[in-house]
Amino acid sequence: MPTYDEVEVGTTIPARVVNVQRANLVRYAGASGDFNVIHWNERVATGVGLPNVIAHGMFTMAAAGRLLTDWVEDPTRVESYGVRFSSPVPVPDDDKGTDLTISGEVTEKLDGGRVRILLTASIGEGTKVLSAARAVVRLA
Amino acid sequence: MPLNRAFIGRRYEAPDEYLVGREHIRSFATAIGDANPLYLDVAAARAAGHPDVVAPPTFLTVLGFRFRDASPMNDADLGMDYGRVVHGEQEFLAHRPIYAGDVLRVVNTVTDIRDAGTNELMETTMEVTLADGTAVATLTSSIVSRGTAAQAAAS
Repeated sequence: MPTYDEVEVGTTIPARVVNVQRANLVRYAGASGDFNVIHWNERVATGVGLPNVIAHGMFTMAAAGRLLTDWVEDPTRVESYGVRFSSPVPVPDDDKGTDLTISGEVTEKLDGGRVRILLTASIGEGTKVLSAARAVVRLA
Repeated sequence: MPLNRAFIGRRYEAPDEYLVGREHIRSFATAIGDANPLYLDVAAARAAGHPDVVAPPTFLTVLGFRFRDASPMNDADLGMDYGRVVHGEQEFLAHRPIYAGDVLRVVNTVTDIRDAGTNELMETTMEVTLADGTAVATLTSSIVSRGTAAQAAAS
């Protein structure tokens, strides 16, 4: 984990790619209790106008949040984390799935060793799936 | 049909306490693809100064589904059509870490329902505490009901 003194406004958290496949959504449905059919049934999802089965928004939020928790190592250092779901993450029924690209940047240094982070999460050719994805984490 | 604005301010207390399970934290962490040892390994968590494994920041989403029966979403009088609903925004504010073995209490409040163009937004706040009232987390959530604003219905 970087120390508070080591980071500046503009310090970036290295980007990473998270691959999302149908199996991930099935597992997430079971663990979270969110069994909404649009997250596992293509017939129903396309029937309500979605491009395909879509990932749970909270799955995407959790996948993006891992950038924060890996960075600070201890997840209890995350004091707040919020997102706006700006676009769905369609997940096809194949072995390639959908790649989610996550990155982060320090936008403000706060008191108490805390910093504000802005995350970005996108799919395909830069379609943002989260906007205003922000967090406050406590560094040492 | 617009959402029933009489729901603004309604408060829903979960009928049971929620016991945070060590295995549930593990299965949730595995489901989000996160192998952080503080979620999975009790010895690692204790070495880092915690009493047991810690819950991931978004773990509390499970409470909303656990207590769905005691929520405005489950009340037919609200007039919500699930085919039109998408999750708009979500925020977690931690007041205290969450550990396996914690016993949580949950109160959900509808804080606002308003038009946003042709859509409506319903905002809820979930306060999570320990049995003795110690604040654990505050979750705020915005649900979008697409195309149900009164002006959309009128046009």
